Amino acid sequence: MDDVSLPKVRLPEPAPEPSPGGAGAGEALLRTEGLSLWYGSARALHNITLGIPPHRVTAFIGPSGCGKSTLLRCFNRLNDLIDHVRIEGRVAIAGHDLYGPGVDAIELRKRVGMVFQKSNPFPKSIYENIAYALRLHGLRERRRLDEVVEQSLRGAALWDEVKDRLHRSALGLSGGQQQRLCIARAIAIQPDILLMDEPASALDPIATARIEDLILELKQRFTIVIVTHNMQQAARISDYTAFFYLGELIEFDTTRRVFTNPSQQQTEDYVTGRFG
Amino acid sequence: MAEPSHPGGRRPGWQALDRGQRARPWEWVAEQAIRVVSVTAIVLVFLIFVFVMREALPVLLGRVNSAAAQERRALPVEQMDRLDPEELRQYLELSRKEFAEMDRDTLRLLMEVKLEAAEEVPEDKDAPLNTAAWRYLLGPHQWTGYDRPAYIWQPVSSIHKYNIVPLIVGSLKTSVVALLFAVPLALAAALYVSQLAPPRLKEWVKPGIELLAGIPSVVLGFFGLVVLATFLQQVCGYASRLNAFVAGIALGLACIPVIFSIAEDALTSVPRSFSEAALALGSSRWQAAWQVVLPAAVPGVFAAIVLGFGRAVGETMVVLMASGNASLLTWSVFDSTRTMTATIAAELAETVFGGHHYRILFLLGALLFAVTFLSNLLGELVIQRLKRRLEGGR
Repeated sequence: MDDVSLPKVRLPEPAPEPSPGGAGAGEALLRTEGLSLWYGSARALHNITLGIPPHRVTAFIGPSGCGKSTLLRCFNRLNDLIDHVRIEGRVAIAGHDLYGPGVDAIELRKRVGMVFQKSNPFPKSIYENIAYALRLHGLRERRRLDEVVEQSLRGAALWDEVKDRLHRSALGLSGGQQQRLCIARAIAIQPDILLMDEPASALDPIATARIEDLILELKQRFTIVIVTHNMQQAARISDYTAFFYLGELIEFDTTRRVFTNPSQQQTEDYVTGRFG
Repeated sequence: MAEPSHPGGRRPGWQALDRGQRARPWEWVAEQAIRVVSVTAIVLVFLIFVFVMREALPVLLGRVNSAAAQERRALPVEQMDRLDPEELRQYLELSRKEFAEMDRDTLRLLMEVKLEAAEEVPEDKDAPLNTAAWRYLLGPHQWTGYDRPAYIWQPVSSIHKYNIVPLIVGSLKTSVVALLFAVPLALAAALYVSQLAPPRLKEWVKPGIELLAGIPSVVLGFFGLVVLATFLQQVCGYASRLNAFVAGIALGLACIPVIFSIAEDALTSVPRSFSEAALALGSSRWQAAWQVVLPAAVPGVFAAIVLGFGRAVGETMVVLMASGNASLLTWSVFDSTRTMTATIAAELAETVFGGHHYRILFLLGALLFAVTFLSNLLGELVIQRLKRRLEGGR
């Protein structure tokens, strides 16, 4: 059954067995407990409890409007900018409540980087795009800046393509290059957690493959949470997969188990393409 | 299964393709009507320009002579018979038709008038000068009674002094003060309202500032004249109560809504993804607004400033009331000053239709036209370049 729907999918090495939502919760870096979120009177998240383990890729899958991106944006409090948002429950990183009193959302966002669905480089030069992020963190020395800009671009597998035009506008890059620039910008500031909101959904298959390779490399250094609509992508790159439906967490387990032996009928229907 | 019926009832044959305009006559009529209206609007604007230029052209070409004593011999009346009719006609400056209609007594009277006029010519060394010539319009001249060359606008008495430099400087001074006052305020307000203000506040502040644009300029001028002038004099302690500074501040109040409104639109139309990207990197909202959104909106913000400048240069009532209207050529903003617009408004009604004063006021109008046109053109060029730089390329 699963072989029919997922041909030639390379599954990752089996991750440590304990189910991240339950027993092995102790090692989770980022935890939510009973998290609910309302946009005005519309409830977008229902009582989500999960734990995201460090140095793994965790994929959020589910049909459009199921709350994946909303949940992702709770992790760096980017939902704060939207009016009439109300949150209940707890989100914590390493035990620190993100929505507690006196939380410095700016410091939080320096530790939790984000790559958006639509690549959004600043209308500045390629160099300035990354240097801007570094200056926000107080790095001003020209030589250090040059160094870190190069490192980050290499880290995002973009250096060779742009090294001769660092001071041209970033908006002159192709879609895939722009997205890798955004990744370079996000990793330049060395966050602990990298949130990726459908980072490859607007890209062609070749650019997508490059981004996926990149994610597998970045996993060594960062804890990655990725929202994706592409189930093959989730299967290829993630260690853990959470399936959401209508704002509820239906199933959260190792990617291998979610895709080969899901415990919920809904999950099986979704990953085999029967709905969604 | 019934075939779904054709939406227009019976399905027309292929010959319907050949009907062209006839198929929809009303659309054709509507299109033509819209075309006529738009062409009319463009032609009207163009005609205004043509009119202003036509009235100013004789000055531009140096064909106007405003000398109080024109170089011309006044002939004694008795000599009338010695001239042949053509010479007499030219001497009396009559058209052929006028000349033909006049009888001998009338011509004789005109000869006397001519003689009287020649006798009334002031005994001034400046009397023979054509003060409407370019060198007197733009350059300094040592007029009788002055101890050194000066730039004087004084279109009164027998010798009209038409130097337009004090008026140009006056316009520039008040506009610069207005922009220095209005641009920072308007931009800060636009940045706050578009990026930082809570939406409920935004709903109030934006229409509130734009309401300022609806204040009649005569009211702003009155406010400047009565309230601002006294207040600013008490604060700054300068000598003349009405001056370029007061007029500039009042003018700034008129410019703020223009600059604010356009800049706010430009800032709001910057994609939210830019500020989200900055925030996700750990910038504060203020940093995102100032360092990312504002640079991305620079073309629109620049356009706002150019339009604000246009408003400042062209505004009349405020400066007429609050600037003091003394056409002094000084660089101090605390001196009374007079702008080109205020001069036209104050003096046009007193001029002789078609006379040199009249034509020179139109020259000022043409100059204002040129200044706004050039500033808009320059602004457009800069905006194009900024846009190209933002959107890639180089």
